[in-house]
Amino acid sequence: MPEKIIESCNIKRLEILDEKGNIDESLMPPLSDEQIKKMYELLVLSRAFDRRALNLQREGRLGTYASILGQEASQIGSAFALEKSDWIFPSFREMGVYITMGYPLHMMYQYWSGDERGVKGPDGLNIFPVCVPVGTQIPHAVGAAMGVKYKKDKKAVIAYFGDGGTSEGDFHEGMNFAGVFKLPVVFICQNNHWAISVPREKQTASKTFAQKAFAYGFEGLQVDGNDIFAVYRATKAAVDRAKNGDGPTFIECVTYRMSDHTTSDDALRYRPKEEVEAWKAKDPILRLKLFLEKKGLWNEKYQKEIDEKSKAVIDEAVKMEEKIERPSPKDMFEFTYEKMTQRQMRQIKDA
Amino acid sequence: MPKLTMVQAINLALKEEMRRDKNVVLLGEDVGKDGGVFRITEGLIDEFGAERVMDTPLAESVIAGSAIGMALYGLKPVAEIQFMGFIYPAFDQIFSHASRIRSRSRGRFTCPMVVRAPYGAGIKAPELHSESTEAFFCHMPGIKVVVPSSPYNAKGLLISSIRDPDPVIFLEASRLYRSIKEEVPEGEYSIPLGKARIVQEGKAVTILAWGAMLHRTLQAIEDVDAEVIDLMTLSPLDEETILKSVKKTGRVVIVHEAAKTCGFGAELSATIAEDAMLHLKAPIMRVAGFDVVMPLPKLEDFYIPTVARIKKAIEEAMKY
Repeated sequence: MPEKIIESCNIKRLEILDEKGNIDESLMPPLSDEQIKKMYELLVLSRAFDRRALNLQREGRLGTYASILGQEASQIGSAFALEKSDWIFPSFREMGVYITMGYPLHMMYQYWSGDERGVKGPDGLNIFPVCVPVGTQIPHAVGAAMGVKYKKDKKAVIAYFGDGGTSEGDFHEGMNFAGVFKLPVVFICQNNHWAISVPREKQTASKTFAQKAFAYGFEGLQVDGNDIFAVYRATKAAVDRAKNGDGPTFIECVTYRMSDHTTSDDALRYRPKEEVEAWKAKDPILRLKLFLEKKGLWNEKYQKEIDEKSKAVIDEAVKMEEKIERPSPKDMFEFTYEKMTQRQMRQIKDA
Repeated sequence: MPKLTMVQAINLALKEEMRRDKNVVLLGEDVGKDGGVFRITEGLIDEFGAERVMDTPLAESVIAGSAIGMALYGLKPVAEIQFMGFIYPAFDQIFSHASRIRSRSRGRFTCPMVVRAPYGAGIKAPELHSESTEAFFCHMPGIKVVVPSSPYNAKGLLISSIRDPDPVIFLEASRLYRSIKEEVPEGEYSIPLGKARIVQEGKAVTILAWGAMLHRTLQAIEDVDAEVIDLMTLSPLDEETILKSVKKTGRVVIVHEAAKTCGFGAELSATIAEDAMLHLKAPIMRVAGFDVVMPLPKLEDFYIPTVARIKKAIEEAMKY
């Protein structure tokens, strides 16, 4: 008997907006000029938020911080496709998602200054706290999606992680669950090419990350992660699929971590400067600006306005954050269990 | 009142809680059609369907991790880990997340879930089917650790664990599953978590035990006027009951089947030494598993504390 091909896998890559600001009209998602300007303003605000965070850290006013520089389109483009009622399970490098969902800026600075109350989040916004151990938030997203499915709610659950996260066991177990139970979950993998010092090539021998989904029985696609329209379009389709009961989707956003891993890292130790330089031309904000300019939606005055507005919003957030009083040591005890234990009640007297 | 085994009592607790609250769901390996390898969940899939009794892929980390996600979303998941020796892949989820979510989010998100697992030796099983590593979980703030010792308290404690607002590790001595029967009422009753039970009062020596070791202890006391305490909840610990008893008797014997070094007996000894030292008439005695790798069945009877070893420790304590 001859051997037969019983299965084969084709991986699509989606690109809409190129580096010069030109779009593929046939793929352009239906977004109004106002929505596109809103996207641009969120990109600008996120970058300004990020830059301020780095400055505050250098001044000793913030703790270790993980910059999102270069990844703004992957984060804002995907979050722009979500509704407030959707559930989001971020990693530790998702500030653009938080900002897009309307998370209070001062609370993000509060968290990164070392105060848990900053990730408590406002009521009505289902963004789970920053997850530090890589990839371990994936099972939570899967479980929440099991809850959504069980309760027959019309919501999507989004898990964010990076290329490094796909090497973790929880990625495999979570993806497998999602496929087996056909869950309303969207996996957004920001392939930023570097997991601290380990390059993407050493993370997997697969040609793409997107193809991993194929083995779990659902669709995976690759998008240009610096192209906000491609990220938005792919996420919107995946979220709709989840809400219609058609199961999970995996989206690989190919982007680049322009910054160090965190403020405690020095990327010059392990990656070539030329590589970083080459990615500057692919900047996600620059290309949307060029697009807007071509459409007559951008000029210097508009840029100045939104820069000033971002600065004002950030100044206000920093001011608010710095006015917050230190948490009480009693907080540590109060939130371990619903009720304090016999021993904690004795220990708290020494706190 | 019907006499039930621990298997039947736990099954009854699950069934009644699932009837009471449709947010209670079960998940784990083989818990559906097969009813679990120990038949704890037998018949539940027929009454509640595969949506609520979920056979999962073999993936302990995401069994625990998805239970966390379900709990966050408002369900009350009860996850089964097939044997305690297989719980280690789920450690990260339990330690890094289940235990910390309330604190991390300062009360915004909570994690009311139960992870059930059979533990302990005595059923002649393969390697890693006889683990008794409860102390790992007792070390982590934010987790509760419950170990029932009988069908009656298994049902009551499981009901409390399911209704508890915090994550609970519920450890069932596999050796007790079918070896004892006890009257177990149908319907509502619960036994509070965090409270130890005085099994018998006495004045000469306090004996602390839990799970399967409680029964071995009761065989060892003979005519000693021992006060036997079944801890039932290891974390949070009912220090009050223990210290009150120790202050009365002045002697303590702790019995557990986990290895001695850093076993939960170490915490109990330290607590007693810190808070009741001046009431002690004798050194604190620990009867525990040896500091060796838990052996396969041919040697397991040598590993688990025997009645003779417990007796010897009681006699030692009584010499003072």
